Amino acid sequence: MEPKTIFEKSVKGRIGYSLPECEIDKNLEDFFPTEILRKVKPNLPEVSELDAMRHYIEISAKNHFIEKGFYPLGSCTMKYNPKINDIVNTLLGLTNLHPYQPEDTIQGALQIMYELQNDLSEISGMAEVSLQPVAGAHSEFAGANIIYNYHKNKGNQKTKIIMPDSAHGTNPATSALHGYEVVEIKSNEQGKVDIDALKQVIAKDIAGFMLTNPNTLGVFETEVKEIAEIIHSVDGLMYMDGANLNAMLGYIRPGDIGVDIVHFNLHKTFSTPHGGGGPGGGGIGVIKKLVRFLPFPIIKKENDKYYFDYNIKNSIGKVHSFYGNFLVMVRAYIYLKMLGEKGLQRVAENAIINTNYLMKKLENYFPVPYQKDVMHEFVASGEKFKKYDVKTLDIAKRLLDYGFHAPTIYFPLIVHEALMIEPTETESKETLDSFIEAMIKISEEAESNPEKLKNAPENTPVGRLDETAAIKNLDVKFSFDDEITETANKR
Amino acid sequence: MPFISNTDEQREQMLKEIGVQNFEDLLRGIPKDLFIKENLNLSEPMSEMEIAKHITKLSEKNVNTNQFVSFLGAGIYDHFVPAAVNYIIGRPEFYSAYTPYQAEVSQGTLQFIYEFQTMLCELTGMDVANASMYDGATASAEAILLAIRHTHGKKILISSLIHPSYKEVIKTYISPLDIEIVYIPQKDGRTDIQELENQMDGSVSAVLIQTPNFLGCIEDMKSIDSIVHSNKRALFITAVDPISLALFSAPSEYNADIVIGEGQVLGNMQNFGGPLFGFFATKKNLIRKMPGRIVGATHDKEGQKGYVLTLQVREQHIRRDKATSNICTNESLCALAATVYIALMGKKGLYEVARQSTIKAHYLFEKICEIDGFSPANSSPFFKEFAVKTEEKPKNIIEEMKKKGFFAGVDLTPFGYKNQMLIAVTEKRTKAEMDEFVNVLNN
Repeated sequence: MEPKTIFEKSVKGRIGYSLPECEIDKNLEDFFPTEILRKVKPNLPEVSELDAMRHYIEISAKNHFIEKGFYPLGSCTMKYNPKINDIVNTLLGLTNLHPYQPEDTIQGALQIMYELQNDLSEISGMAEVSLQPVAGAHSEFAGANIIYNYHKNKGNQKTKIIMPDSAHGTNPATSALHGYEVVEIKSNEQGKVDIDALKQVIAKDIAGFMLTNPNTLGVFETEVKEIAEIIHSVDGLMYMDGANLNAMLGYIRPGDIGVDIVHFNLHKTFSTPHGGGGPGGGGIGVIKKLVRFLPFPIIKKENDKYYFDYNIKNSIGKVHSFYGNFLVMVRAYIYLKMLGEKGLQRVAENAIINTNYLMKKLENYFPVPYQKDVMHEFVASGEKFKKYDVKTLDIAKRLLDYGFHAPTIYFPLIVHEALMIEPTETESKETLDSFIEAMIKISEEAESNPEKLKNAPENTPVGRLDETAAIKNLDVKFSFDDEITETANKR
Repeated sequence: MPFISNTDEQREQMLKEIGVQNFEDLLRGIPKDLFIKENLNLSEPMSEMEIAKHITKLSEKNVNTNQFVSFLGAGIYDHFVPAAVNYIIGRPEFYSAYTPYQAEVSQGTLQFIYEFQTMLCELTGMDVANASMYDGATASAEAILLAIRHTHGKKILISSLIHPSYKEVIKTYISPLDIEIVYIPQKDGRTDIQELENQMDGSVSAVLIQTPNFLGCIEDMKSIDSIVHSNKRALFITAVDPISLALFSAPSEYNADIVIGEGQVLGNMQNFGGPLFGFFATKKNLIRKMPGRIVGATHDKEGQKGYVLTLQVREQHIRRDKATSNICTNESLCALAATVYIALMGKKGLYEVARQSTIKAHYLFEKICEIDGFSPANSSPFFKEFAVKTEEKPKNIIEEMKKKGFFAGVDLTPFGYKNQMLIAVTEKRTKAEMDEFVNVLNN
């Protein structure tokens, strides 16, 4: 059956809301000249509350989500989101706060932010944390802007940023926004930063290095201190993309290994749900000499009173309208307070064990080119199936038929036909075993019945969708037929 | 240990199958000196019961806008949110899914985004809207960046009456670029059109006007349009309150090229200023230069309709340093709240929210201006928010009113408007609340 949009379920005159009557007897025409009033009324749905609920529940059932099944999307850390986190939705003292309330009416909110700033500083080994950025890439922007302002402030002439060829796409995109030329260095045979290649490009015009650690191959950059030393030798700054922080929790702190700026993804590492694409939660931690560049305000405490400190000497300014994604911070706060140090360590341990277990069980079926020092995720290759005309995309789509979400595919770019698999710590051995079983079956099907894969998925709400057609015949909004539009205009 | 499924026994078993003795063996490639040497200074772990109590207590240290009568606005508004909105966004099918990378198992997310895009296009009159930005301020900055990429002009003109946070965020976003910002001063609560005309020249890449502006006033967009578009190069960017669009001219009616704004008013709680969401809509000719995700309709092999992320070649994960923006995660769930809100309120309801807010705001405005020591700050038409001049310092008024259970408004003094207060009224305020407010102010 063709899925209908909410617009097609609209019935003229039907309503889905209940508002009190306006007690003041006035008309809009009493206040405004008619020419500023809208001429063509928008076509918005006319549905009952039940219509709307049926509609959105019906389409929601077509989603894969963490409570339904395994979600091994590499680099995305799709761990289970504890339900206690959602207590935030029920507390009016959190959801019904206005950002411009007087400070003495928001002491609880400021305390949460203050303690989270401190806990994240402690976990990352940084001097201070700003919670204002609301996503990973947003944090990268703030971080790169700090790099830019640090050099500007010192009068350094810097034009380039270095990153490995395995970097997330947001890293070069963020650097470009700052006018930096991206210098990409090849990874070595272990999938790590090639120190010799780094030494060849290091020069006075290098502003910094963007490193993901563990990197996007899931491999720990064991020479991170050497890299930092090289970068620091030209007064460059070490930026760490914290997307993979899950692997380090309670064991290694960015601040102890030469990193100057690190970002957090609260929606990955700290168990806040991803909402189908957001809201996320960001945050950046910096070493002491960079605290004066953080976005304003940060939260301070004096005589048991919490307050906004806007007085940050060389602040890069604001990156968000207010203070960041507060409700996401509260979820991360709850999670951290429940885990404590031991709990964090257990997270890292189980993430690493689950990953190495999966890798061990799958490597004979799906070759894993980089295995040394693999931490929380690994990248397998589907290249050997090309001889059956089967691509990684086909493998991914077939996995959907087995009830699993697919891994991240075709990234990082340095592994051909990449399958990037991150199980996270919350998954059980039984889940991993059933995933392994499905993957092995798929590898057999690729050989015996490649058509099965090329036609996959077949058990999903819709078959494989034609992305090329979507671009060719762009359809990015519902087209109301003329009749509907005309009726609407007459209203 | 909470939230970890494997037992110690299973751990041992898995380590054995990996082929190592213990967990530490998995880390043996990492130099010893990289590890933490001392214990972390974190508090002792709490049980679920303890943290629930703790967080509830902290929330009670705040005064929420349900306990007080609130007239706070300035970008975040206390509009009514129907229960059904929070019910839908609380469904794990939506909130614990990731970005819809695998379309065939993400049709729920993709379809609502398509509907969201349609609703935003209907409200703004634009041809295309994206799946959301972080907030109104970052959406305004991305719009400016788009204009600079598109026109290569070296100057942007920004009304001094846009939200102060937008100004701050734009400043941060364009700081690495060689671009001059000129702020157009205000005249009687609106952008000074004569000044705007004086500043227009061939180097202008964009003009950014907010309506209703920071002071709540409705700008003369028709006149501004004729000035902006007398210049062939410049793009006309407008920031709007989407609820106001149920009443006032659609941006397409005054030829806006890009329409952005803060979407919180559409079904989202105030959330202490976050999460919020920005919307971003443009005319067709700019679609390939837009930032953010866009969903398009397509079909499968059997011809069945479905939705996918489209035009991804603009985005960072494909184009890397040539991408139109670095954005990846957006504010999808907040956009879902807006979608469900608009579906429920519909054609009539959204109009009614806008109408009631306007009528109530004007009622309160007249009442307050009758009080000694209060007078209108300007004479321009306004929507649901207005500025008043006060004889007493606004800070003191706000402090006094707080003792009586009111959030009286936002002090405009720190924003450069000395002895002025910004007062917002939504459909949630009753006549009795407003009369009581005026009564207390009067004493």
